[in-house]
Amino acid sequence: MLRYIVRRILISIPLLIVGSFLVFGLVQGMGDPLGEWKLQKPRSPQEIELAYQQTGYNDPFFERYVNWAGGFVTGDWGKSVIPGSGSKDVKEEVFHGLWTTARLVIGAEVLALLIGMAIGVIGAVRQYSIFDYSATGVAFVLFSMPVFCIGLMLKSAAIPFNDFLQSLGMERWITTAGPPPGGFSGGFGHQIGQYVGTFLLPTLSLLAIQFALYSRFQRASMLDVLGQDYVRTAQAKGLSSGRVIFRHAFRNGLIPVITVFAVNFGQLIGGAVITETVFNWSGMGRLLIRSINEKEPYMVLGVVMVTAIAVVISNLIADILYAYLDPRIRLG
Amino acid sequence: MADPVTTTTAAPSATAAAGLDIAKPRKQWQVILRRFFRHRAAIGGLIIFVLLILFIFVGGAIWKYQAADLNLGRYKAPSGDHPFGTGQIGDDLFAKVIRGTGFSMQIAMVAAALNTILGVVLGSLAGYYRGWVDSAVSRLTDLVLVIPTFLIAAVLSRGTFSTEEIARGGGASNWFQVAIILGFTNWMTVSRTVRGMVLSLREKEFVEAAKALGGGPTRVIFRHILPNTMDVVIVNATICVAQAVLLESALSFVGLGVKYPDTSLGLLINENQNELIVHPWLFYFPFLFIVLISLSVNFIGDGLRDAFDPRQKRVRA
Repeated sequence: MLRYIVRRILISIPLLIVGSFLVFGLVQGMGDPLGEWKLQKPRSPQEIELAYQQTGYNDPFFERYVNWAGGFVTGDWGKSVIPGSGSKDVKEEVFHGLWTTARLVIGAEVLALLIGMAIGVIGAVRQYSIFDYSATGVAFVLFSMPVFCIGLMLKSAAIPFNDFLQSLGMERWITTAGPPPGGFSGGFGHQIGQYVGTFLLPTLSLLAIQFALYSRFQRASMLDVLGQDYVRTAQAKGLSSGRVIFRHAFRNGLIPVITVFAVNFGQLIGGAVITETVFNWSGMGRLLIRSINEKEPYMVLGVVMVTAIAVVISNLIADILYAYLDPRIRLG
Repeated sequence: MADPVTTTTAAPSATAAAGLDIAKPRKQWQVILRRFFRHRAAIGGLIIFVLLILFIFVGGAIWKYQAADLNLGRYKAPSGDHPFGTGQIGDDLFAKVIRGTGFSMQIAMVAAALNTILGVVLGSLAGYYRGWVDSAVSRLTDLVLVIPTFLIAAVLSRGTFSTEEIARGGGASNWFQVAIILGFTNWMTVSRTVRGMVLSLREKEFVEAAKALGGGPTRVIFRHILPNTMDVVIVNATICVAQAVLLESALSFVGLGVKYPDTSLGLLINENQNELIVHPWLFYFPFLFIVLISLSVNFIGDGLRDAFDPRQKRVRA
């Protein structure tokens, strides 16, 4: 087991190297990160020269990449290239974004998975029932909608709701600016209220699409499994239908859902770009978009590397789970 | 997956009752079409899709206003003269939605075609040759998953490439660029699925027979293996179309997608997202058309999947 994990991590290292090199090249292709800074106000040639020197932009491309990679491995992820007070530490920024995004994504994804699995299993067991038809219909409509539209509509619905609360003399409960920087304040009940008000809308808009997706996968794989001989054998042995569904069928029906979950989860940890943009959360996704717009090579690389590591780890966990769910699958 | 051998189904008893001695067998595609046309949701999807195509071509040709018309009166609510109302600069939203739907469809079709071709080629190579080819394709898949689509879009849309083109006064159309980006970043599901099917098909007797008769790899893959994956490929292609419509709108929403003078439904929503509360029609009509495209294509795909599945005995209502 340990050997398997170590081997999997080792074979993903070339992926990280090639990926980061390509990203480095792509950011380079966008142009000079200091271009705008130079135009902001008249700068002396010495000042410009110093700025380029500090950011390493005088070095050849390849050398700069190797320097960055060496720094990344030893924990120095670099600084944003804009000189002066605007310069920020990449590691600090990325981990701040990761903390913001992870809090949102983990909750929303786990909820989506649980709801999706429940709906998928019921839909498969009671195929062609009214429940199945309505669940299918809702799922289709939901994943035919762009995420940002669901977000924008939720946001616009929250305004009259908040107005209504205010008219009753209460606080404007639902907020759309991410978690407050200083943490939640007030008594315990008040903090819970604030927490729910902050997380409600982004969680709902992530949930809406994701649970629809999981429920479709769960339903399809359950239908597949329920038609198999060993399920009929279990039924013929006289086991209760609950036992057959949960102990025999459900376990095997989980594998496709876990695959989709792993891919989604890894990518969302790297930033729920659209949801964060709509609800003004300063997470990984918005950091990525901002850094792309500012042509910040090290910042983009920081986000991409953390995303890549998250994808690698979540796929690894998915593979370990396969072996646990279906003992015929061997790791190795 | 369809049976490799052409399946024929006994004709219904109605023909026998009509006094015919020999029931005429149906071809496989006839069976599939019959199943598809009994799938109500799929037919609904197909009708909406055809109406959307008519909306783009006929609507664009006969509608009295053009998307470029201005000063028709600002922020008019939907009425007989302007069915979808007017926007900030007095532009007719109906004309703009016709144009945007056209661009969104174009992008989705080109992107889905590219997704499907890439996915089928890479997936069948990986599944047929296995070994290092398979590893190479799956490493490539990982790589594309790791590099953010937004970054590629940003490089192509605001990098050195496009600014030079704009300076020269032209260059590749922007909608085409967006379609290519989406085409190159969303083929992974198709290739995984095709790979899995080819892995099992290559061990079948008919493939062995084709090889024994002297068929080379190209012939075996294209003439014998791939036709048996077509059902799944077609269903996946419809899913790619629906995804491309949504991805395009997401890219346009963060400002990395389609740009003026081209347009798209996503761009229309991006321009009007702050109008949602005061002038809701500016948001809801483009939104409605995105959902219509995506939903109709999803329903068609679902109907095709059910129609292709030989295990399917009951026809879904």
